[in-house]
Amino acid sequence: MSLELAGRSFDSRLILGSGGFRNLEVMAEAVEASGAELATVAMRRVDPSAPGSILEVLEAAGCELLPNTAGCFTARDAVTTARLAREALGTDWVKLEVIGDDRTLLPDPAELLDAVETLVADGFTVLPYTSDDPVLARRLEDAGCVAVMPLGSPIGSGMGINNLYNLRLIVEAARVPVILDAGIGTASDATLAMEMGCDGVLLASAVSRAEDPAAMARAMRLAVEAGYQARRAGRIPKRLLAQASSPEEGVPELT
Amino acid sequence: MTAVYLNGELCELPAAATLEQAVREAGAPEGGRGVAVALDGEVVPRGDWAATPLREGQHVEVLQAVQGG
Repeated sequence: MSLELAGRSFDSRLILGSGGFRNLEVMAEAVEASGAELATVAMRRVDPSAPGSILEVLEAAGCELLPNTAGCFTARDAVTTARLAREALGTDWVKLEVIGDDRTLLPDPAELLDAVETLVADGFTVLPYTSDDPVLARRLEDAGCVAVMPLGSPIGSGMGINNLYNLRLIVEAARVPVILDAGIGTASDATLAMEMGCDGVLLASAVSRAEDPAAMARAMRLAVEAGYQARRAGRIPKRLLAQASSPEEGVPELT
Repeated sequence: MTAVYLNGELCELPAAATLEQAVREAGAPEGGRGVAVALDGEVVPRGDWAATPLREGQHVEVLQAVQGG
């Protein structure tokens, strides 16, 4: 089953952030290994000395671009950055980030919602990076976001999912896809997100800063797939005591 | 001469310079593929670059996609 986002269909439920890779070659290998069909990019000042073109590398890997508004602390800056990305890249999709604190990089909920309203009215397809607040997730959905992307833990922290309870509430209430965005440290974090009922996972640092990014990208691909399949398969309930799996009848008397 | 802030640096451009010249001066790829420009915080579509004159002291930001997110 594919991931449906804003009327588009994606075979992969893993979205890869392109930040943090040592160079474009390492990124290309990791993108390939991840199977991702969407990759985020940031908008920054032109640097004539920068080697290679990230656009060509991602296009060659069959990845579509999902520009972000990383580095924006106000709705106004985020809206302008989204419009610049639309102009530069020809896409109205945006991973909307409006940061409220430079130490934790947690979102600023008021500015985020403000930016969403402006961008939705302007025809953007908005995928907001949000805190793990179920009420904010609902507000973002009501404002017209095509997905909600709650953090598991702070960006780049690798702490995994800090608040399973909130994530569960978000997943249970959402009528748009829920994509866990930020905090993933290793494969089991991504699997847990999918087992919790998330529709996808977005991660960057866990792969790009791993010792072997391509190998970790492959691990994440399998982890997301495993979690998705396990969720659909229906896990057994947890029990306090054992329940034998071998027959209790027909046990011989051997003494 | 017209002095503008080009990607944060004060930059002397010829009098009657346009936004297109500023984009080239910033070192953007030929043809400006993957590039977008803000003039004093407002996005200027690619098709308008050549017809947009620059005034003294304006802020020009020339951006492209980079690794991130």
